[in-house]
This record gives sequence, structure tokens and C-alpha cells, in this order.
Amino acid sequence: MNHALLLPILIPLFAAGAIVALPLRAKRVQRALNTLATLALLPVACMLAARAAQGGIASYALGAWPAPFGIVLQLDRLGALMLALTAVLACCCLLGTSSADARRGRYFRALFQFELMGLNGAFLAGDMFNLFVFFELLLIASYALLLHGGGARRVRNGLHYLVMNLVGSSFFLIALGVLYGITGTLNMADMGERLAHLNAGSLPLAQFAGATLMLVFGLKAAVFPMSFWLPQAYRSAIGPVAALFAIMTKVGLYAMLRCDALVFGGGSPGGVLDTFMHDWVWWLAIATIAFGALGALAVSSLKTTTGYLVLVSVGLLIAAVTQQTPLAWSALLYYLISTTLCTGALFLLADTLEPESAAVTHVAHVARGDASANAAEPGSLEALDDAAAAAISPGPDGERLAPMAMPRARTAAQATLAPVAVAVAEDPAPQPVQRERAPWPSNAAALLYLATAVGAAGLPPLSGFLGKAMVLAATPAHAAAVLWPAVLISSLLLIVALSRTGTRLLWAEPAARAAAFAPAYAPKGSTAKLAACALLLACVVAATLGAGPLRQYLDATAAQLFDRAAYARAILPAQDTAPAAAAPAAPPSTQTNGS
Amino acid sequence: MEAAFAAAIGVLCACGIYLLLCARVLPVILGITLFSYAINLFLLGMGRLATGKPPVIAAGAQYADPVPQALVLTAIVIGFAMTAFTVVLALRSLALTGSDHVDDQADRRGHAKPDGGETRGA
Repeated sequence: MNHALLLPILIPLFAAGAIVALPLRAKRVQRALNTLATLALLPVACMLAARAAQGGIASYALGAWPAPFGIVLQLDRLGALMLALTAVLACCCLLGTSSADARRGRYFRALFQFELMGLNGAFLAGDMFNLFVFFELLLIASYALLLHGGGARRVRNGLHYLVMNLVGSSFFLIALGVLYGITGTLNMADMGERLAHLNAGSLPLAQFAGATLMLVFGLKAAVFPMSFWLPQAYRSAIGPVAALFAIMTKVGLYAMLRCDALVFGGGSPGGVLDTFMHDWVWWLAIATIAFGALGALAVSSLKTTTGYLVLVSVGLLIAAVTQQTPLAWSALLYYLISTTLCTGALFLLADTLEPESAAVTHVAHVARGDASANAAEPGSLEALDDAAAAAISPGPDGERLAPMAMPRARTAAQATLAPVAVAVAEDPAPQPVQRERAPWPSNAAALLYLATAVGAAGLPPLSGFLGKAMVLAATPAHAAAVLWPAVLISSLLLIVALSRTGTRLLWAEPAARAAAFAPAYAPKGSTAKLAACALLLACVVAATLGAGPLRQYLDATAAQLFDRAAYARAILPAQDTAPAAAAPAAPPSTQTNGS
Repeated sequence: MEAAFAAAIGVLCACGIYLLLCARVLPVILGITLFSYAINLFLLGMGRLATGKPPVIAAGAQYADPVPQALVLTAIVIGFAMTAFTVVLALRSLALTGSDHVDDQADRRGHAKPDGGETRGA
């Protein structure tokens, strides 16, 4: 029974391995495997969540090596919640992935499973180094997923994302090294015990290591000065990938929550990181909210807007983390669920409302209309793809509203793209689908956009509003003077940004839509994407209607996070931990995973 | 020994970070590599420096802490894979954009300075 803790890691691992091993031609088998493995995560996550809801913390010692020395997996309420959220989001992303999406690169399905494995592993890891290893696993899968589809812009943004995260990983290792140097252990529970009884001489070192660790998690969560990579990276990813990435910033947040309370004793007297969180991270969080809201106003494409929306929500979540009270953490977990589902849905919608392929075919049409019909050698589709994307957002330093940019885009298309574009236009494959005569965007898409935007911006009927209200209500008075205006003004700006984007995408005249390269007919696979979006929205509605029971679970989750003693009792086998063993002379029974 | 060890880590770190801040892809990759070397040494040092101790447990004898060695080994494996991936990505970027600038901005602005004008920033 206890072996069930391994399932969320093993299922994606074996599925990914099998998909890689299968011949490339066996697309159906690959697809079936991917679907089965992703769907299987759902009952497993539900079972684990039901088990964690009973209150105990389960731990699984790999190879039966006892806890402080061997590697443990753990399952508490927070981990189970994140597992369930990941499983739901992954199923919706899977539904929203058309076979055309998957065919744009070779190993999409295997990478998808590896990504899930990294995510699940990070939520189950019980020691710091394995947290690092699973972070790396999910990151390396995400690098490749981000590049899925190819093209110069993707490669460039992917390079930025890669370098940022590599540097972050290096700092993660520095923090781990210092923590190991002063505590002599890597197990989270054991480390928490030893940090609680730290001698005064080591305290500055522990504070340095903790602050570095929080900044690294902040980089993954995209806190303000380290958040510039996020909108560009998410914009260049294809829709289902961006939707799955909606949980990636939350992994950083999850690690912050776990380490701050259970390892560094946040919220309790003598918390190692309390001053750092209150004095520094708090202001960074407020700056993240401001940056995200202003950024959302400054851009026009839906994907980039959603990227900045993620930043605003991350700012709010981290502002709640720094308060270090069970009430605030319970509220932030509720908002976390809501915002992850909503932004995931928005990313999927963005793929149907402003697909890249439409831009390509439109540029092709413009070019064919005006250029001589001499087809030169067919250039790379990728170059065309990027030029088309550049035509949507001209200028290196920002985007403009596409209609204003139209003349420039037209000339750019004539001047540089004509030969290539003609070649593409004569190729039958990328022609717009002429069979479906229903005008696009359909009413269903428009309604879904409305509902998702309401949930994402935090307007009343849906859970986004409830979450924001809970976080605001949980803010103590001295912090409320800053947080309330920040959240309320940023919400207003988000409403403006989302309504403007919606107006541009849904209400524009056909001529203006054509200028903005929006498709006239439903792009391929849009029905599945809309269904996935509706499914996510149904989860949001369920979270709204079931806010009472959900909140009870989250209250218990937050209470569990602040109970460091119970955590240590559950993970460490016997209560013989003689603390403050200065020299790390651990018996050599540690086995590494070897990655 | 401690001073030399610390100085080596410091120099590696400084070189790595300096190269990381360059605006060309190749120096950035070299910077990441140097930085990760420094961190591997640092991790090893966190197990306390000692000479003449056996690396694995010996009967009754003092032995070196094996955990940092295992950590360094894992970190090397991960770092190696990541560096390889970065190199491939950088080559791909060079092939697609024809520039090894991290933002391919320098080449867009002016072809006037073909080489030596290595812009530093970010």
C-alpha cells in the first residue's frame, strides 16, 4: 500500500521510456500510452489525496534505508494537493493537444511525460537534494517542451530561459552545500530539527543559505527582478505547453512554502528567515504585482497578456507567503488552485484565438496577392513562422496593436517574405480550412474567454475573486495598507488589459481581424482545445461551489505545514535525534539517485 | 590548504560570473561551466577538507564524508547534460539567426563593426 507513493513518479517515467523506445512510426501506440499514463495519474492522485486528507504524513524510504540517511519520499496534504492539481491540469493539456501540435516536434509525448515525472517528484521529494534533482528533471523537460515547434524566436527565448535557470540551479547547489555544511544532513525533517537547535555562530550562515534558497525558488516562481524571462518564454511556447507551464511557477511557490515553514521554522519564534521574508521578499512580491499589471497593459497578444497575468498572481501568492500565518497560507493555496486552472485555460484559448499557423497562412496570402508568382526555393517554414510572428508585433522592444502595425507588416511581408511565402501558399497543407464555414471565433469560444477572463482577473462569481478576497482578508493590518491597493489596482488594470484583448480578438471587424492575422475559420483542433478549456473552467466552478470543504482541507494543510515537530516525528523513525552534531560524520549509507 | 581552496573557488566564481554577463552565447556557456566547477569544489569543501583519510569507511579509522562526493557526482552529471544541451541550443540559435548575440540585437543594429565590438550588458 505504501508503495503507492512511488506511482506518480513511476507511471510517467515508464510511459516516457516506452514512448522513446517505440519506433517513430508507431504514432497511435505512442498517443495511447501518453493518454493512458496521464489519465492514470488522476485516480492515483485522488487516492493519495484521500489518504493525505486523513491527516497523517506518509513517508517511503527508498531501499529501506532509514530516514535521515537514506532518501525518503513523503506525502502530506500540501504534496497531495499539488499532485492532484498537476494531474487535473495535465489531463486538460492532453485533451487540448491536437495531433498537429504533437507532430511539430519529434518527442513531444515523451517530454510531456518526463515533465510530469519531474513535477510529481518535486512534490514528493523528502530531502533537499532530491528536490534539486527533480527540479532539474522538470526543467530539462521544460527546456525541450518550450522549444517544441522550432523557430528562431523560440530558440532565442529558450536560450534565455535555459541560462537563467542554470544559474538558478547553481545557486540552489550553493545553498544546499552551506546547509549541509552546518547541519550535516539533507533530509528536510532532520534539517528542520537541527536548524531549530542551531548554535548562534552558525545562524548567519543558515540565514544566508535560506535566503539564497528562497531567491532560487523565487526565480522559478518569477519574482520581480528575476521575472523578465517569463512572458517571453510562455509566449513562445505552444498552447498546451504554456498551459502545463502554469503549474511550473507554482513549483517554486510550493518549495518556498515547504522550506520556509518546515525547514526554517517560519512563523514560529526563532524562525531563521523571518526578517528576510518580511523585509525583502514582501517588497519584491509587491513589485512583482506592479510589474505584472503594467506589463499586461503594455502588450497586446493574449499569450503575453496571460504571461503577465501569471506574474500578478505570483506576486500576490508570494506576498501571502511572507505573512507566515496559517490563515494566509490557507487562503493563498485556494488562490493558487484557482489561478493555475484559469491561466491554463487562457493559454489553451490563446492557441485557438490567435494561432501561429493562421499568421503564417495570412502572410502567405498577403504575399501571394502582391508578389510575382515566381516561387523561389522553398525556404524554411520556421523562418516564415518567425517573420509572421514578427509582423504581428513589430519592433524589437515591445508590441503594438496589430492594426496599427498593418502597413509595416504588409511591406515587411512583401519585401522579405514573398518568395518563401509563395512557396508555402502553393503548398496545400497550410491553407486555411475551407470546409468549416462557421465564422470564427464562435460564440462558444467567446463565452469561454469571458468566463476564463472573469476567473483570471478576479471578478465576483468565480473562484479568482474568492481567492483574492481570502488573501486580502487574511492580511494583517500593517501589511494591508500596501497589499490592498496593490491588489485592487492591479486587478483593475488586468480587467482593462483582458477586455482590450478580448475586444481585439472577438469583436473586431473582419477587415481589422484580417489585418491582425486572426483566422477567419476555426483553426484545426480548436474544438478539443475549447473542450479542454471548458473542463478547466468546470474545475474552477467546482472550486467555487465547493469552496467550503476545499477551504477546510486547506486550513488543515496550512496547520500541518506549521507543525514542524509532528513533521519530524512522522519522517524520522525514532526520536533519538541528538541535535547539534557539529561534525557531519554520517555513516556512509546514503545512496544517490544517480539521476 | 583552506586558503588556496577558497581562493580557487573565488577565482573560478568571479571568472564564471564575468563571462556569464557577456552578451555572446559562447562566453556565457563557458561562464556557466566555470561557475559549476566552482560550485562542485564548494560542495566538496562543505564535507570539510582533510588529507590522508580514506574516502570510504575503514575499520576504526577516520574517514572522509562521502555524502558531498555523491552530491558532486550527481551535480557533475546534471551539469554535463545541461552544458551539452546549451551548446546544442546555441548552435541551433546560431544557425537560425546567424548571430551569436544573446538577443541578436547587435547584428540587427549595425553591421558596421563586424567583429571586436562585443557588447556587454544585461
